[in-house]
Amino acid sequence: MALYSDKVMDHFRNPRNVGSIENADGIGEVGNARCGDIMKIYLKIDDDIVTDVKFETFGCGSAIASSSMATELIKGKPLSEVAQLSNKAVTEALDGLPPHKLHCSVLAEEAIQAAIDDYHKKTEAIVQQN
Amino acid sequence: MIYADNGATTKISKQALEAMLPYFESNWGNPSSLYHFGQQAKEALESARMQIAACLGAEPEEIYFTSGGSEGDNQALVSAAVNGARKGKKHIISTSFEHHAVLHTLKKLERHGFEVELLDVHENGIISPEQVANSIRPDTCLVTVMFANNEIGSIQPIQAIGKICREKQVIFHTDAVQAAGHIPIDVVAQHIDMLSVSAHKFHGPKGIGVLYARKGIPLTNIIEGGAQERGKRGGTENLAAVVGMAVALKDACDNLQENADHVTMLREKLIGELNKIPHSILNGDRDKRLPGNVNFCFEGIEGESMLLLLDDRGICASSGSACTSGSLDPSHVLLAIGRPHEIAHGSLRLSLSEYNTMEEINQIAEAVKNVVEYLRGISPLWHEKVAGKREFLLP
Repeated sequence: MALYSDKVMDHFRNPRNVGSIENADGIGEVGNARCGDIMKIYLKIDDDIVTDVKFETFGCGSAIASSSMATELIKGKPLSEVAQLSNKAVTEALDGLPPHKLHCSVLAEEAIQAAIDDYHKKTEAIVQQN
Repeated sequence: MIYADNGATTKISKQALEAMLPYFESNWGNPSSLYHFGQQAKEALESARMQIAACLGAEPEEIYFTSGGSEGDNQALVSAAVNGARKGKKHIISTSFEHHAVLHTLKKLERHGFEVELLDVHENGIISPEQVANSIRPDTCLVTVMFANNEIGSIQPIQAIGKICREKQVIFHTDAVQAAGHIPIDVVAQHIDMLSVSAHKFHGPKGIGVLYARKGIPLTNIIEGGAQERGKRGGTENLAAVVGMAVALKDACDNLQENADHVTMLREKLIGELNKIPHSILNGDRDKRLPGNVNFCFEGIEGESMLLLLDDRGICASSGSACTSGSLDPSHVLLAIGRPHEIAHGSLRLSLSEYNTMEEINQIAEAVKNVVEYLRGISPLWHEKVAGKREFLLP
């Protein structure tokens, strides 16, 4: 049996939404170089809807696949729904991950939450300025 | 498929495979049986032992067949420890980048009251004989230093270390799993007391190896059983594998220089090509390295994703990243030579054999360049370095 499911390999080989967004409304970065994985998520948000999302990942195959799948799961979704995204949903959408790779899906969840937090901080700052 | 993971295992040679078949098909007797059919098997076993001894510069009665390198390492270390403990000597000297078969056995010995001193292997992955000389104490019972490192290929000054140990009357063991059949070994000239070998690293079969123990060095059994291997290793001998190993080792030793020349040429070409990738570094000494070993770290990317993409291009390689080691930390070898965690995660080992061709080397170089470039393109770590937000760690 292969290490990864076909879904994981598909998202690893052909990652969706790779890249960055200029003047993104929210940016989340989690992980660290010492541990060998960093995920960065860029969000474009209009009327509380994630209208665009991009990611960059330094990490193993499942880290890249998890970020790719996570971006697919939140694209076009309202923020209220995106905030509920769990690592379990990412793992299930990938048809599972090996047990020692589950932390990759956790990182994806955390990166998206960090991007939403960043969005809220930025909007609050704008509200305060006004 | 391009196979560039010969440090993991090698393809069995045609000669070795063909030599083995009769021991499955017709001459399948038990060497311990006293009737003719069994004694024919015994003759084959002893003839293989003679061949292997000759390749290593040893006497046949100094050769013990084992299940492979790990068993040989275990038995050698435990034997030296038991001998030492009898004389009240419980200090062991080794290095920080040994194979886990050695390191984990040393950990076990520590739990039994032995004091283990691991020597620093420096940035080039080579210890100096002086380090060994300076560390030997009156209560040192064993020095165990690998002949050549399995990950970064650096070759240790075995003869000089052996000389020091012999003068100070300390048992010297070397894990020669990566060296045997690839670089010259002579247990007499190199003053080696014990040495472990594994057949599948030189185009022999898996599951068979050799422990050489110099006459007069008492062995402690790891496997108790019958009187096989002069009572030092129980279990009916894996005769077909022993015969295959003997043929493979003889082939390797007979053609050692010719193979080394060819493989070194391939290695140099590949190192030259991969050196062109910016922010990368060769791991292990530039010259004192195994003919087939190429090991690089590439900044800003992670090893497992490199392996998967190379696999897609039909290339088999390995990495010392945490994701491939099955632990949270990257390779202990790369950490031992001072690579930071971040850099060690981006390592790639390509280990070549005489079966590789220059055309394959060109394909590997091209594929690695593409894969590194692609992964850097999607790496936030790399982008932050390029943007000057983080420092480059490699030139």
